[in-house]
Amino acid sequence: MAEKKKIRLKVLRQDGPEERGTRRWEEFDVPWHPQMNVISALMEIQKDPRTADGTKTVPVVWEASCLEEVCGSCTMLVNGKVRQACSALIDQISPDGQPITLAPMSKFPLVRDLIVDRSRMFDDLKRVKAWVQLDGSHELGPGPRQSPENQEEAYPLSRCMTCGCCMEACPQINDRSSFVGPHAISLVRLYNLHPSGKMHAAERLETLMGPGGVQDCGKAQNCVEVCPKEIPLVDSIAVVSRQVTKQMLFGWLLT
Amino acid sequence: MAKPTSIVTDSGKVRRVVVVGGGLAGLTTVIKLCEAGIPVDLFSLVPVKRSHSVCAQGGINASVNTKGEGDSPEVHLEETVYGGDFLANQPPVKGMTYAAPGIVYMLDRMGVPFNRTPEGLLDFRRFGGTLFHRTAFAGATTGQQLLYALDEQVRRFETVDVENEKGVVIRGEKMVRKHELWDFLGIVLDEAGVARGIVAQDLKSMEIASFPGEAVCLATGGPGIIFGKSTNSVINTGTAASAVYQQGACYANGEFIQVHPTAIPGADKLRLISESVRGEGGRIWVPKDPKEKRRGRDVPESQRDYFLEAKYPGYGNLVPRDIASRELFLKCFHEGRGVWNDKSGKNELEVYLDVTHLPKDILHKKLAGVLEIYEKFVGEDPYTNPMRIFPAVHYSMGGLWVDYEKSADGRLVVGSPRNQATNITGLYAAGEVDYGYHGANRLGANSLLSCIYGGMVAGPAIATYVKNLDKSALDVKSSVFEKAANRERERYAAVLQMNGSENPYKLHEELAAVMLRDCTIERHNGVLDDVIAKIDELEERYLDVGVTDASPRANQGAQFVRHLKNMLVLARVIAQGARNRDESRGAHFKPEFKTRDDENFLRTTMALYEKGTGGKSVVKYVRGLEYGLLGKTVRVTDDVDISLVKPRPRKYETAGAASHAVSDVPPKEPKASAKTAVRPQTPGGDA
Repeated sequence: MAEKKKIRLKVLRQDGPEERGTRRWEEFDVPWHPQMNVISALMEIQKDPRTADGTKTVPVVWEASCLEEVCGSCTMLVNGKVRQACSALIDQISPDGQPITLAPMSKFPLVRDLIVDRSRMFDDLKRVKAWVQLDGSHELGPGPRQSPENQEEAYPLSRCMTCGCCMEACPQINDRSSFVGPHAISLVRLYNLHPSGKMHAAERLETLMGPGGVQDCGKAQNCVEVCPKEIPLVDSIAVVSRQVTKQMLFGWLLT
Repeated sequence: MAKPTSIVTDSGKVRRVVVVGGGLAGLTTVIKLCEAGIPVDLFSLVPVKRSHSVCAQGGINASVNTKGEGDSPEVHLEETVYGGDFLANQPPVKGMTYAAPGIVYMLDRMGVPFNRTPEGLLDFRRFGGTLFHRTAFAGATTGQQLLYALDEQVRRFETVDVENEKGVVIRGEKMVRKHELWDFLGIVLDEAGVARGIVAQDLKSMEIASFPGEAVCLATGGPGIIFGKSTNSVINTGTAASAVYQQGACYANGEFIQVHPTAIPGADKLRLISESVRGEGGRIWVPKDPKEKRRGRDVPESQRDYFLEAKYPGYGNLVPRDIASRELFLKCFHEGRGVWNDKSGKNELEVYLDVTHLPKDILHKKLAGVLEIYEKFVGEDPYTNPMRIFPAVHYSMGGLWVDYEKSADGRLVVGSPRNQATNITGLYAAGEVDYGYHGANRLGANSLLSCIYGGMVAGPAIATYVKNLDKSALDVKSSVFEKAANRERERYAAVLQMNGSENPYKLHEELAAVMLRDCTIERHNGVLDDVIAKIDELEERYLDVGVTDASPRANQGAQFVRHLKNMLVLARVIAQGARNRDESRGAHFKPEFKTRDDENFLRTTMALYEKGTGGKSVVKYVRGLEYGLLGKTVRVTDDVDISLVKPRPRKYETAGAASHAVSDVPPKEPKASAKTAVRPQTPGGDA
């Protein structure tokens, strides 16, 4: 039998946010398996932590949890494209055995290697009040009736994993901007759709007025291209933008 | 020390409860505590929005009877107990099934986008082990949707100020403080053995610290990663449960591990294909000709063997998971009838799960999330090609032993501090990490329910406990916390020093290989002896591990070594429990002992940790135990409470067998009689 097929990984590494001097590319050759993805390739490094030239090294670190693209943990740049590493199948991204490059997202503070700190996204969810104002978890009978159409509009929006793809791809997100980003705006749309969430729509819309709000969108439309859950982010921004404008113009009349 | 009367101490410090784990059970516990006015420190291995609950697909059970089939919480109780082969204590199950409709309504109010009927009501679908439409669902990503709804409510509490009993705001203190990306190391025990907080490690800075807690609730999920590849997230190593087990907590029914019949074989994970696929009409089959070379879609109807439908005409493709998994295993492993693969020249361990006969628009509305996973990870269109699937380790029915207090009507006494309490005073557990609701086999769509119900019970139980404490954790000597943190710091330093020759990831691979092969669907005593010998060997070799990473930041290598040790300890509980139980019950199947033996084994396996020699752990099994609670001593035994549904053999060949004995309840429990059972609908939860 021919020598076992290998996969070449090129990984951008750095030991910590302050340790700029440790920023480096390391290359690894790992044995190929059927149905292999980027995560299982990285796992191979843990079992035999040596670079392609045989030098002993420390295994690469990365974030992962569900491995089926519903938790949003393992977002990174795979061959320069932002996506989840678990659903990046080796045979698809490297059909002829081309080297695969892995790098951390660039729009978030680096923690180490492929791990970045996405806590700003969760803070943004607080900022836009992405929740239904519940009276309590005690029994209050059935919820409000909703048409199947309403559910069909809400459900795709509700699949946002806070994975960071849209933030990474958005040209408006950078060190100098406070733009909340497409994910948070889309969740405002979601909660403004819900029959009782609607009652607090104005509060949510207020958070999106002014700097960092919906008007900071530069309409590049990159977000919708990279969203792994195909959430209609551009539509959401348009819908919420209209709601914000209406609130700004007529809000005082409505309240 | 004066008995604390306020949630704020005289010196202005806020008394908090520690909740570990941010999945459905943990988040529900947090919400209940906040509503009771008790602030929380919430710890999680991952940002809570990424907890393993996201992986649940199919739905959540609640007998709302929207379809007018005569379903009721009483039938739900009956079928859950029957499906669990009568090993579950029945009062907690009854509490859960009666609370279920209220739980689903609450989730709906929180904004979960449940699928709807044309009238705008919640839609329900079928799941395993029942003939009723009982499962509410949000597409095929229900767990994700439920988790997000609870996550959002908890996030709201992150913005709510702490107030004392007089409504005075405590500046700078919020109801919930989240500590995400922290690894639980152990509980802090005071001189009297009462849990007074936890020790945890920040996974970015690797700093180890102790945190006081008036009580601690573990909601840390299952231990699936002990089996290597499973449907579980990679974080599900069971490390937290194992840590408190080693600190004296009792672990119950560890040997009951659910193998889900339908998952996609994969290199890093076995991705679940939800039971809801069969609930919506999906069918399992293999070609009648074992050497069938045509693709699944090209095999004509007459040449397919729908073996579950043939053998179990009553429940067909929706027999409970333990039975379906065994049948698939029998078909592929023993009969060699798995799908033929021309490339490999053999019958693979795969059968077909087929939805190609169902209308595409229905599939899209109800199952898109799960079919998308198949499409993405297999690269084949499941709308036109039958899916190829095989069983995979999925869920642990066993877990930390937890108590309950039974009410007069056979449910739980709401707010009793015994509910969800472990045998370590002040330590509670809820969710998959507890053993309480599923007996020997869990029915599909009951796990989301038991997680949320567990949290709804744990919250008020802990609130009662905290309000009746003699002494606050904040009044415990600081040296107790320092000592606990220092002990963990020393342990961690010792791990960083490990420079032996064994690779920890390879040791895990060896453990997983034997656990998966020999301790899942079929168990033989001789083989189990070998499994235990292997665990002996691995615990010895663990001492010679070389840590792969010694760096001070985001050190996953050292963290994994710790988890590995904890997995080895829990693996022994599972394997030894299986070895000891000489019968077949639910997910535990021994060909040498094919039948259920109620006389000898209708009892809870209760395991306590003992330190052995040479790095090895020892499991001590007990028939009962006692623990202290608010000045009283509680005594419990391993007897199972079967007061509501009388045990009988399971017969899924016959339609309705799981529920037909609703009228057959022992007369001594009049409230659970047939009269209750035939009530058309009982919304509302625990009275």
